[in-house]
Parts: sequence; structure tokens; C-alpha cells
Amino acid sequence: MRQIFDIHGGIHLPERKNMSNPGWVNDCDMPSKLFLPVTQHIGAPARPVVKVGDTVLGGQMIAEAQGPISVPVHAPSSGTVTAIEARAVPHASGLTDTCIEISLDGKDEWVGCEGLVNWRDETKAALLECVRLAGITGLGGAGFPTAVKIGSDRGRDIHTLIINGTECEPYITADDTVMQCFAQEIVEGAEILAHMVGAETLLLAVEDNKPEAADAMRQAAEALEIAEVVTFPTKYPSGGEKQLIEILLNAQVPSGGIPADIGVICQNPNTAIAVRDALIDGKPVTHRVTTVTGMSVKEPGNRRVMLGTPIRALLENAGFDADSADRIIHGGPMMGFAVTDLDMPVVKITNCVLAPTRSEISPPQPQQACIRCGVCAEACPASLLPQQLYWYARAKDQEQLERHNLMDCIECGACAYVCPSHIPLVQYYRSAKGSLRETVKERARSDNSRARFEARQERLEREAAAREAKRAARKAAAEARVKAGDDPVQAAIERAKAKKAQQRAE
Amino acid sequence: MLDIIFGNPSLLALAALVGIAIVFGALLGFAADRFEVEGNPLSDQINAILPQTQCGQCGYPGCRPYAEAITDGDSINKCPPGGEDTIQALANLLDVEPEPLDVEHGVEAEPTVAYIREDECIGCTKCIQACPVDAILGASKLMHTVIIDECTGCDLCVEPCPVDCIDMITREGGIQDWYWPLPDGQNRKSLITTDRGAEQAAA
Repeated sequence: MRQIFDIHGGIHLPERKNMSNPGWVNDCDMPSKLFLPVTQHIGAPARPVVKVGDTVLGGQMIAEAQGPISVPVHAPSSGTVTAIEARAVPHASGLTDTCIEISLDGKDEWVGCEGLVNWRDETKAALLECVRLAGITGLGGAGFPTAVKIGSDRGRDIHTLIINGTECEPYITADDTVMQCFAQEIVEGAEILAHMVGAETLLLAVEDNKPEAADAMRQAAEALEIAEVVTFPTKYPSGGEKQLIEILLNAQVPSGGIPADIGVICQNPNTAIAVRDALIDGKPVTHRVTTVTGMSVKEPGNRRVMLGTPIRALLENAGFDADSADRIIHGGPMMGFAVTDLDMPVVKITNCVLAPTRSEISPPQPQQACIRCGVCAEACPASLLPQQLYWYARAKDQEQLERHNLMDCIECGACAYVCPSHIPLVQYYRSAKGSLRETVKERARSDNSRARFEARQERLEREAAAREAKRAARKAAAEARVKAGDDPVQAAIERAKAKKAQQRAE
Repeated sequence: MLDIIFGNPSLLALAALVGIAIVFGALLGFAADRFEVEGNPLSDQINAILPQTQCGQCGYPGCRPYAEAITDGDSINKCPPGGEDTIQALANLLDVEPEPLDVEHGVEAEPTVAYIREDECIGCTKCIQACPVDAILGASKLMHTVIIDECTGCDLCVEPCPVDCIDMITREGGIQDWYWPLPDGQNRKSLITTDRGAEQAAA
């Protein structure tokens, strides 16, 4: 039995996980059209490699990765590309982004997929390339390209791989469900990942509110020597990477660092399955398991859904009652965002679509003044000072925000949840973090402009100096000729005089 | 001579003081020469705050000359591209009261980028010569184009263009550049974080 540790802060939330019936997964009906955003991950957008009118097969790459931090997009089923244009995508901004629209033909024909015969014989680089080409990103919700995470130079000395099946947010049961239904696949994927990063220990972390999932994982992992299933008490947000590492290993990721800096890598169970499918079956990421829940859907549950399926289709599949719904939330109730347009598609990071009624998640109460009670600081799992950060965020004091480690905020929302004055603290931090990042970018841009301006100034001065030097050289040469008795001016005058004298003589 | 000095305590004290003064004077003189700081560190700091648009709206030919002018006592509110934020930062640095932006030099505007309508460009190179950051590419009698990533949006290239083929367009922030606005207390429906209302509903 491994000793587990506690984290600072955290809160206990009403879970409401049983509502979505974890442990069962149904296929969502095939929609008539899919909308696949070229950006479903953190990093540079993928570049479409199909044209309008092209027919595509399932598993075919329709957009290729651009740059080092990017992942490709694949068609989830066969059909025709009918548009490549800006459409609403699941993003907190409600802005549009380039999407590839595929009208499905319903035949669901696939390209031939061939996995590796024996992944143990392959080099790490070859395995990484497979992961990269399969379009795998973290399927837990953040969407960081998996190949970058496990291939990074920063992670050279990884000793522990953690499969993060914590899933601490209320309502969501997608990870719970895949752990119960596909435990074997998860363990296979985890074994490959551990092999790739060179980890000696594989921890399968499950919160103790998911005993069935823990049992399934234990059974599946029995034969694997390096693997160990660890359960720990339920508390929000134990599922944050840094928090989970502290719970399991009693080690803290340094401020501003990543888990790989202390030799740990965390992966979501769904990501492990995607890695397994990519290497053993040769299949890219085209589907995912998503929780559809909330009191406004009649049949809440987990659905295996094609990426690109409009959220509306997914909701209707679950018996959506639009009249009772207050708002639709993409992601969980703590860290998700409200969906503005139901035609937004399900993407790689969509772990939950939540349709609560008004009484279920009431609209936020009006904000009142901060009374300096300090409850937020007690709840903060990152040991920050939310109250101070709040004042600095309002004052836009970036220096102090940085000094108080705003960037270590994981935006879990525990502080806002406990705030007796209903201050939307996380919204302040999200905004302040955005503006800090913007400032860094702007500083880089202005440094660049300064360098270019100064380089140009130098060049102009150099050119002026060169011109001046040339002029001076000419002048010096002329003077030298005068000294040598060869004055061209004098000679010209003499010539003119002689000419005049000659004319007069005539 | 020495006898007189040593015989007279007040003269001895005076001689000692003069001696010390000479030694320290030499030391300070040497230090001033040896550890001299190149350039003006204050104008460097001011220059680091200025936005480096190099637009000249302040009346100086670029950001560094303006930084040097501020060091010499010019007012800090002449930089429209920097706007209120820059004025605030300068006020903090120099420990003076922030003043509102001097509208004589322009108003704060969205960041822009120059765009050459390439069909109309006659290849005169005048804009290339005007660009303070060498962000325009082209050659005589050949089409020119703006390197968007390097353009500061100073609009110094617009004026010299004989055929008016340069537009200043707003730099559009895509979905990648977006970040949350500060909560304004109005649009609270988009705030998700479960507050205590949810707990009550569950109870």
C-alpha cells in the first residue's frame, strides 16, 4: 500500500456523478454533418489538406500539423467536404475559427489502418511520430499535444507515469466510464507510454468515489509489474496535475515549472486509450467518450461520439428538453464555459456537455464587497493568496500579480466557490493571466522593434559615414594634386586665358 | 618646515586633512573613470517602457530620442500608441503624477498594421525608406510588401506613397490571442464557477 498525502486547501462539492450512470457507454447517432475545427488543441492551428468537394474516408488526415506544437485532424467517417470556413467553435470567447465541414454519406468507410506489429521493437522516435500523426492531445480537457508532452527534452529523466483518473469535477463521468469499460486498453496504452518516457513506476490514480473503476483497473493491471492502482480521498481539485503529484508522491512541482521537471508525467485514461489505438490498431483520434448530463436531458449518460458532431445533435440524442435548460455548459460546472451556439461541435477536449436547469445551477449571485475573511486562501489548492490577487487584478498591477505567483493559479474555482461575497474570483484571475501573457508577448514584440530600429539607425549612420569618407577622400586627392603643382582649377584658368589671348591676337 | 608642522598641532591637523582629501579625491577620480556607466541608464529604462512603434507622434524621430527627451524633463504624455498604460508605467518609474494623454499628439487607437495594395504599387521604394523598422520588402520598380510580423503600425509609410496604395488596417486578434475580460458585474450568465447556489439546490 502506497502512502498518500494531502494537499493544501480544496473543497468538497456535491458530486452528482451518479446522474450520468457511469459504467455504460452508448454510441451517439451519426449526424448528417460534422464540423471539425482545425484547432482542437493548444498550439498552432492545423492546415487543411483537403479541398471543398473532396471525398474523404474515415481515418483520413484532413488537416496537417503546422509547426512543432500542433496536431493533425482526421475525418471520423466517410463523406464529402462541403465547406472550409469560420464557424462557432467550443471556446470561451464565443469567437469563430476555421472548421472543415464534412457531409457524411452514412457508409462509414475507413481507410486501411495498420498498427505496429510489435511496438517494443520500435525506436522511441518512431513511436513518437505515430502518436504525433494520430492527432493525439490530452483528452482530459486541456488539449496539450501528447507527442510534445512526452517527447519534450525537459522530460529526459522521467521516473513516474501517472494515469490521472481522478476526474474531480462534479457531474463528469467520462474517465470513470472508460476505466470501467476499457480498463485493459488503458493499461496497454499506459504501458506503451511508460515505455516511451522510460518510467519505472506507473501509477493509476483513482479517487475513492469510483470504486468500480478502481477495481476494474486493478484487475487489468494485475499482470503488469510496474503498475499500481492508487485510490485516495475525494476532494476537489485533486485531479490537477500538480495537486495529484503532491497527493501521490509528496513532491511539489516548482513554481512556473511542469511535472516533467521533477520526473513525472500525467496522462488522462482516454489519452492512454488513444495512444494504444494509434500504435496497436493504427487508428487516429476520431471519436471520444463524452458525458451528457444535467437535469435538462432525459437520458443522461456517456456517449461515444464522433468529433465534429454538433453539441445540439449530442443533446438531442440524450433527450434534451430545451425549455427547462438554463444554459449549456461545455466542460464541468467548475472550469467549463457557457456555450453560446448549440451548433458548436464536440472536439477532442469536450469531456462533458452539461445541461442544467435553472434550479440545478442557479445563476451567480450579485457580487458584493470583499470582507477580507480569508476563506479563499484556505481553499486555494495552489497555496496562493486569492484575496491579494483579486485586489491586484482589479488594480491591474502586473508586477504584484507576478510577485504573488498568479501564473501558478490552476483556475479551479475553489476560491470563488467558497467566497461568501460571491466574487467571481477566477474570472479576475483568468483575465489577469491573459493580460500578463499579452504583456509578455507585447514586450517581445517591442524588443524586436527596438532591435530593428537600432539596427536601421546604425546602418543609416554607417552609410552616411561612408559617404562622408568618400567625399573627404576626393577632397584630399584634389588638394594633393594642387600641392603637386597640378591644380586643375588653375590649369583651367590658364587655358581660358590662353584661349582669350589667342582670340584677341586674331 | 616639518619641524614647524609637527611643532604646531593645528597645522598638523590641517596637513592630515589635506592629505586625506588628496587620497580620497584621487580614489574617487579613479573610480569615476574606471566604473563609468555608458549612456544614460534612466533613458534606457524609459525606452524599455515605450512601445517602440517608432512612429514619431511625440515629435521626436523615434522612441529612443523621446526617452532621452523625457530624461531631460519633457512631459510623459506624448505617446499615443502606448496610451494610458505607458503613461502610468512612466509615472511609476519617474515618481511623478500621471497626466492624461496629450491629444495634440494623437489619440489612443487599436493597433494597426500597414497593408500595401500590391496591384497598385509602382515600386518607388519611398515607403521602404520611410519605414523605421525595415518592415517593408521590395526593390526599385518591383512590387513592395509589408512583413506583417515586423510592422509596428506607425503609418510613416502612408504619407510618402505617391499612389496612395497603403492602407492601415486593424491588427485582428484571432481566437488564439483572446483572453477573458475582467468581470463587469453585468454579463454574469457566462460565469460558470459553481457558487453556493448550486450547493443549496443539491441539498
